[in-house]
This record gives sequence, structure tokens and C-alpha cells, in this order.
Amino acid sequence: MTDALIFDKVAITLAGRDLISLDRAIAPGEVLTVMGPSGIGKSTLLAHAAGFLDPAFTAGGRVLSGDTDLTSLPPYRRRLGLLFQDPLLFPHMSVGENIAFALPPALHGRAKRRQAVAAALADVDLAGFEARDPATLSGGQKARVALMRVLESQPRALLLDEPFSRLDAALRDQIRQLVFAKARERGLPVLLVTHDRADADAAGGPVVEYA
Amino acid sequence: MLRLAPLLALALMLGPVAAGLFGTLLPAVGYVPALGGETVSLAPLRMFLAQPGIGLSAALSLGTGLAATLGAFAAVVLFTAAFEGTRFFRAMRRLLSPLMAVPHAAAAFGLAFLITPSGFVMRLLSPWATGFQRPPDVLIVGDPLGLTMTLGLMAKEVPFLFLMLLAALPQADPVRSRRVAASLGYAPVAAWLTTVLPRIYPQIRLPVFAVLAYATSVVDVALILGPTTPPPLAVRLTAWMNDPDLSLRFMASAGALVQLGLSLFAIAVWIVGERLAVKLGRRWIESGRRSAAEHLATALSGSAMALLAAAMLSGLALLALWSVAGPWRFPDTFPLSFTLRAWTMHGYAAVDAIATTIAIALPVIAVAIALVLASLENETREGRARPRRSLLLLYLPLIVPQIAFVFGLQVLFLMAGLHDTLLAVALGHMVFVLPYVFLALSDPWRAVDPRYGHMAGALGASPARTFWRVRLPLARKAVATAAALGFAVSVAQYLPTLLIGGGRVSTVTTEAVALAAGGNRQLVGIYALLQMLLPFAAFLLAAAVPSVAHRRRRENETTA
Repeated sequence: MTDALIFDKVAITLAGRDLISLDRAIAPGEVLTVMGPSGIGKSTLLAHAAGFLDPAFTAGGRVLSGDTDLTSLPPYRRRLGLLFQDPLLFPHMSVGENIAFALPPALHGRAKRRQAVAAALADVDLAGFEARDPATLSGGQKARVALMRVLESQPRALLLDEPFSRLDAALRDQIRQLVFAKARERGLPVLLVTHDRADADAAGGPVVEYA
Repeated sequence: MLRLAPLLALALMLGPVAAGLFGTLLPAVGYVPALGGETVSLAPLRMFLAQPGIGLSAALSLGTGLAATLGAFAAVVLFTAAFEGTRFFRAMRRLLSPLMAVPHAAAAFGLAFLITPSGFVMRLLSPWATGFQRPPDVLIVGDPLGLTMTLGLMAKEVPFLFLMLLAALPQADPVRSRRVAASLGYAPVAAWLTTVLPRIYPQIRLPVFAVLAYATSVVDVALILGPTTPPPLAVRLTAWMNDPDLSLRFMASAGALVQLGLSLFAIAVWIVGERLAVKLGRRWIESGRRSAAEHLATALSGSAMALLAAAMLSGLALLALWSVAGPWRFPDTFPLSFTLRAWTMHGYAAVDAIATTIAIALPVIAVAIALVLASLENETREGRARPRRSLLLLYLPLIVPQIAFVFGLQVLFLMAGLHDTLLAVALGHMVFVLPYVFLALSDPWRAVDPRYGHMAGALGASPARTFWRVRLPLARKAVATAAALGFAVSVAQYLPTLLIGGGRVSTVTTEAVALAAGGNRQLVGIYALLQMLLPFAAFLLAAAVPSVAHRRRRENETTA
């Protein structure tokens, strides 16, 4: 099983002004929703955890995965899976290559890796999509590939930055259920940043609200 | 009328290339009745191939050109991969951008003054570290393998490729691409090489080809830094072409066609390399390897770029220093005294050269700007973007080696009675100025929101009024910058000026290169400095033009 994702007295300031703070642990399989209107700096929490905080901000406190202090690691060593509003599939790679790109290098052998890609795609009803160009996929299909890409990189936790806001209403619910189900299945702690009440309701976990 | 502009621009760009190639082909197969060649034969080619050391000359051209291009490309790509978004990167960006306008010859002289056995580096180290009281007898500049020449070409091409890459960068959404790759566990260099480079490479491919063609057929840099036993191919061809013995021109023309083949071969080698890189890249992506010798790539590319920039800048400073140097004996680090003697002695000649340079450049850029603006306005009015293929047409004059068609152009101007005139030289410069002006102006022009034009039309303005009062003012900064770039390109032309001008049209560049063989460093300093100052003055003037729509791309500046 995975470790909890812990925000240990994290506080972010901008030019000496307190912006946002968070001090709590997210258990494996739990979804913590951070809610609030846009512009209050919810996303900076996520950027701080992932290691992309703009240097204009100052951040105090640590982000840990179990006992591992992530804040002291470079971004690419943190292994925090990110999902953004846009699926950001790499346009110069096929669908299969996008997933293979995420598979851990420790998985050796071309046959084994291709098998893993096929299984991942089949897992979200996209069996046989390996050779497709991401540009030819529908919005929902792109979202599913992006989800599997993140999961196959075997992250310690998921960080979701309004990942459903660009999807149309019918699709949104479906993808939301899928993401939370997969995260629970793999026992991943999830931090969800959103301004949409329905996201928080669907997540079913604790909610931290900022006004 | 407007519809003719793109055609006219193409004709002025490609016409001379085609005509020049034809004019090279005729003597190459022995057919120029005026010079007594009346039968078609392979004799010129045979004579060319029989020249001593010709294989070595060709190998030098190919080797130095490929090495310089690959070196500059690798330095720029790895540097961007390792440092994009850092303060160091931004500093290099500011430092290297103006260096693009420095003519090749000036950069080469600067490097020579820096690293010859009696150069500044050796003076700094002597005698305390080296023990030398006189310059050591080693061949650094003009070494038989062309290593110094390769270095000089690399240093000069780095700013150009760097700017091309920076211009293409925003299209690959580099910030988010690197974030996604990092969140999947990719170290910075590996992330950039796998997710950003493949998306921007298509945009820098033609500039790379232009660099390859240039570096494999360069004359001025080779004359200043290159080997002499034997010199690279293009240098020998130029000497034959300028020889009073007109019969050598048959052989020179045959050689020019071989040079064309050689440069195209270099491009073919590069394309094979591209294919290989794509294969390896796909395998890499599939294997999921998370790092790419990160520390090594970072250390190497960072120090290479810093060294190249430092060498260029200190070389240029040395040019200025030499131009006012009094007695400056080895191993003195600095001159004993400073004097304006060289300037006052050669001032009149220099003023003539400056006047000629400007007299050629100004009409050329005026026509080039007018034609490019007319073509772009025509494109706007017809409401369709140019297909990608037209970009290749634009790059064609930059990809065909100058020497292959400038020879023929000289022959044709000779036949038309226009040889050795400013008009002929200006037409020669137009071939190279037009593409650069077009490249510099088209992107900013197309980036202007088309709704301003629509709005003007809706308010009752005629198309002409919309152009003069709305679209042109919105693009005036870009027009000024493009004109400055065109000026810099014209100032830097060596081969077309020398050959089409028949040695009778002296610009600061032909004067500077002609001084390379002599040992007068004060004089070289003056002309190389003028070569550099003229484009700088043009860019300063352009910078003074206020911009209306100040929309700079900043998105790739804020990063992790």
C-alpha cells in the first residue's frame, strides 16, 4: 500500500501577505478537496507540493509522503501524479507512446512494456488505441488516456487541479467517477483543487474551504 | 499591383539563384564562347579534379562545416534543455541576441586576436605561467585540421540558432510540457529532449540547413581562421575566380558545382542523422528512461555556451582595443599607450568604405521592406495564410551555397555590361536581404489582431487607408527591426560584394577581409570594428522606434 500525503504546516505567502495554509494528512485512498473561488491561491498549494511554485511566492512547512520529505527533492523525484484542466497528451507521441513514456523504466523488455500499455488502455475501454494520434481522440478519451498515463507512472499521490472543469456536463460526471474509483483502487491519497461544489460532493472525502 | 509583389519578391530572390546556377553551369562544361570555350566538355571538371590536394580541401569543407553545425546545434539544444527558465538562461539570452548582428568576419577577427600565439590569452598567461618572452611558434589560427575555423563558425552560429530556437519555443508549450514530464519522473534534460525538442525541431530545421550550407562553403571566416595548406574548397574557388588568368574560371565553375554537391551532401548526411535520432528517440520514449546524463549535459552545455559567448565578446572588445593601440609588444597584456593615429591615417579610406557600404545597403533594404510589406498586405487582403512550402522557397537562397551561383551571376552581369557596378552588387545583396527581412517581418505582421483591420474597414476606411493608418503603424517596430536586420545582412556580405563587384566595390567587409593576410592589427581592428558598429547603429535606431502593441512572449520565462 501507499503512504499518506502529509501537508505539514504548509503556509504560502506572497510579498509578505499570507495567502493560504494547509496542515493535515491525506490517507491512502482518501480524497481531500480544497475549495474556494478562483484567485485565492488554491493552486499554489498544489504547485508547492509538485515543486513548481513560482519564485514570487514563499512557502513554509513540508510536504511528506509517509516519512519522505518531498519538499527537499527536485520535482522529478517527487513522483506526484498531476492532472490539469487540459489532458496535455504529448502531440508528437502516439497514444501508446504517451503511456509507455510514463511506465517506470524498471519494467524491462519491449514486449512486457507493450503489454503493460495494452492493459492500461483496456482498463479504460480504449483497447487497441496504441497507434492513434492523440489529436484524433474525443475529449473523454483524452481524459482517460491522461488518467492512465499518470497512474502508470506509479505516483505516490494524485494532485488534481480542476481536472474536470473543461469537460462537458455529461462527461464530467463519468470521468470524475472513474478518477476517484481508480485512485481508491490503487490506494492513492488525492488532493483535489476545485471551485465546483459537485466535485467535492462526488469526491466524498473531507473538504477544506477557503473564502 | 499588390498581387504582383510576392511574385516580384520571389523573382528577385530566386531569379538570381537560378540564373547564377545556370551561369555557373555553362563555364563548368566548357561553354563560354567569349572566353574561347565553344565545345561542351568535361575538361574543366577534369582539370579541377587534377588540382593538388583538392580532395583534402573538399574534406576540410565538409568536416569543418558539419562539425561546426553539429557543435553549435548541440550546444544550443542541450543548453536550453538544461537551463531554460533559469536566470543564467535569461542572461545568456540577453547577451547572445545582439551578437547575431555581428558579421562573421568581425567575429572571426576577434577570435583570432584572442587566441593566436601572440593573442590576448597568451599575453595574459605570459611570461609568468608559460615562460614565453616571444609568441610560441605554434599554428593555432590556420591549423591544418581547421579546428580554430570550426570553433569560429560555431561561435558565430550559436547566437543565430539560439534565436531561432527561442522563436519556436512557445509553440511547444514548454512550461507545462516539462511539468507533466517532471511529474512523471523525468529529470530536466531528459524531459526537455523528449517532450519539447521533437515539437520545435521542425521549425528550426531550415535554419539548421542554412547554417550547414553556409559553414561548408564559407570564404571570409576561412580566409581569417582557416588552414592554408590547402585551404577549404570555397577559398580556392574564390582565388581562381579572381585570377587574372580567365581560363581558370572554367575550372572554378566546375568546382563551384562540386561545392554545391558537397553542401547538399552535408545536408543529406544531416537528414540521415535526423532519421536516426527519430528512431532512437522513439525507442527512448518507449523505454521510459528518466534521465539523460543530466550532470554531464548541464556542465558541458553551460560551460560551452558561457565560453563561446565570452570568447565572442572579448574578441570584439579586442578589436576596439587594437584599433586605438599604440606600441603593444608581446607579452605585454595591454598596449603601452593609446593613439588615434591609425584612425586619422586611414580615416579617409574608411569613410569611403562606409559610404559605399551604406550606398548599397540603404536602397536594398528600402526595396526589400517595400516588397515584403506589399506581399504581406496582399496576403492579409486575400485572407489566406501562406502554405508551409513557401517557407522553403524563402530559405532556398540561404541553403544554396553562395559560391555556387554568385560565380554565375558574375558571368551574367559581365555579359549584361553591369559588372563592377553598385547596382549589380545591390542586386546580389537583395538575394540574401529579402529572405531575412521576410522572416523577421512576417511573424509580427501575422500576429497583429486582424480585427483592427476589420474594424477600420467597418468604419469606412479604404483598404489603402487601413494599411497606412492602421496595419503599418501597428507593425512599425517590427518594420524597423527587420530593416536593421536587412542592413546587418547587407553589411556582412563578403562573397557577393567581392565577386560581383569585381574587386572594385569596397565595403567595410571586403576591406576587412582583404586585410586578413597583412599583419596590421590596428587596421584590421578599425575595419572589423566598423563592420560591427554599422549594424549596431542600425539596431539602435530601430530600438528607438516606439512600439504600439507591445506584446512580447513571456510565457516561457516563468517556470519551475
